[in-house]
Amino acid sequence: MGQITLQGVQKSFGPVHIIKGADLDIADGSFVVFVGPSGCGKTTLLRLIAGLEDVTGGAIMIDGKNVVDVPPAKRGLSMVFQSYALYPHMSVRGNIAFGLKMAGLPKDEINKKVEGAAATLNLTPYLDRKPRELSGGQRQRVAIGRAIVREPKAFLFDEPLSNLDAALRVQMRLEVTRLQKQLATTAIYVTHDQVEAMTMADKIVVLNAGKIEQYGSPLELYERPANLFVAGFIGSPKMNFVTGEEAKQQGAATIGVRPEHLKVERDGQGWQGTVSVAEHLGSDTFLYVDCGPLGMLTARYVGELGLHPGDKVSLTPEPGRIHRFDEGGKSIRA
Amino acid sequence: MARMVTTQRKVISTAAAWLVGFLIFFPILWMVLASFKTELEAFAIPPSFLFFHWTTENYVTVQERSDYLHHALNSILIAGGSTLIAMLIAIPAAWSMAFSPTKRTKDILLWMLSTKMMPPVGVLVPIYLIYRDFGLLDTRTGLIFILCLGNLPIVIWMLFTYFKEIPKDILEAARMDGATIGRELVYVLTPMAIPGLASTLLLNLILAWNEAFWTLNLSTLEAAPLTTFIASYSSPEGLFWAKLSAASTLAIAPILVLGWFSQRQLVRGLTFGAVK
Repeated sequence: MGQITLQGVQKSFGPVHIIKGADLDIADGSFVVFVGPSGCGKTTLLRLIAGLEDVTGGAIMIDGKNVVDVPPAKRGLSMVFQSYALYPHMSVRGNIAFGLKMAGLPKDEINKKVEGAAATLNLTPYLDRKPRELSGGQRQRVAIGRAIVREPKAFLFDEPLSNLDAALRVQMRLEVTRLQKQLATTAIYVTHDQVEAMTMADKIVVLNAGKIEQYGSPLELYERPANLFVAGFIGSPKMNFVTGEEAKQQGAATIGVRPEHLKVERDGQGWQGTVSVAEHLGSDTFLYVDCGPLGMLTARYVGELGLHPGDKVSLTPEPGRIHRFDEGGKSIRA
Repeated sequence: MARMVTTQRKVISTAAAWLVGFLIFFPILWMVLASFKTELEAFAIPPSFLFFHWTTENYVTVQERSDYLHHALNSILIAGGSTLIAMLIAIPAAWSMAFSPTKRTKDILLWMLSTKMMPPVGVLVPIYLIYRDFGLLDTRTGLIFILCLGNLPIVIWMLFTYFKEIPKDILEAARMDGATIGRELVYVLTPMAIPGLASTLLLNLILAWNEAFWTLNLSTLEAAPLTTFIASYSSPEGLFWAKLSAASTLAIAPILVLGWFSQRQLVRGLTFGAVK
């Protein structure tokens, strides 16, 4: 079991409020991603759950028990660090076994579990190597092995893939997701990469300046962002925002349209603009269009339209795909 | 930037390195050679390099005139004792400053280092008077105490830099893995800190062994270490080069051997953290 509930969790460092009251319900077995710009407090929130930082206020419940005064080791969680934080003087076997050794398990049981974890992560040939003799991806796997071998109530991941190169990151992303589904253990995963968040999460927590902006499934966040911040943060390329007359006609202070929801035509009745940059990826074309009073808009065209900088285009938002926001940036739901 | 390394260039740089090494080593070599010469040959001009009357009479005289073993034992006790006590004080101090620094940690470190900038002679008179009143003159306890205090800032600084290099993440990982503070110390921190502890210990031992100012001024015979032993051969009646060399050779031999066997550790210690 690994149900985690946060009730009004607060954290301040001196006069600086890092976490300003977080409420969250994480269901057992789910994969939850904390995402947000750097400095938003996502790592701090994770460390509060881990017990590596003490809360200033509020309660953290694990399986219904408040753990704010429980030391990290007794919370039954395990953590994978951004730097891997492997014990450099121990072999891979020693690293994975350390937690079990601390728990006082008998030797043969430790060996069995370590070998099981190593097999799951394809680490068996490396068991007797030291961390410095491993590649980045292998080190990452050892760090994950150390976390899974203890069969924790939940895994905490602190930007675990950010030190890997792009190709390896995609591969490890798949492996981590697959492993989590296979073990059906609750996982909390911190990242600043919204692609990671969208692809891995069952549910995403979007954090900004110490506040939870929205909590929901990836598609919920994509389709129904709660406010301007979430709308701008989730989705790539970013959502276009238009203010002024055009927004007023729709009864909003700001309207937002995603690049993929703008119909691109050479001549049309939509917003008129001039292509300033065109990125041709073959499968898609990303157009940065100068629309005069509306500002610079990004549009995505599936396929190739043969547009070049300087060409005139018309952009028409797909009906029903326009997001409306009020003065305070909150989403207006019809 | 690829550069052709020719054999010729390799030969030249190897020869140059040997030359520099020889120049640095030469004074020690000359001293050892002089210790096997007669007093006359020792300051003969032109000096003879290898072709002289090899004799061990200086060593015999030195041992007869003063008790080498007594002074050596003092040196071992004083250097060892002061190092041990300094380490015992410095480890927790450096530890707390590295792992739970406060706003003033930097200032304290600088303040400690600043005490090393003062010339020791500036406090010689007060220290001498205090030692006289407390009956610490010419005692091993007194010398251990002063050398320990003198080297403490350097020991704390060195250990602090080592401990700072240990990533905090690893300690947190151990805590997540269920290690108590005690087990964290035994299984994670100590093994990671051992290279740093060893080189600090070695360097401090050498510094204490070679320390001359305080040992010369605060001891005469009873507690006198090898530094005083060497100095006693430079007397108003004249310099006895050969005997002085023999005494010096005897005095530096133990530390030279120690340094030789631990040079890898020492070099690592002194350049630690310089290159990541």
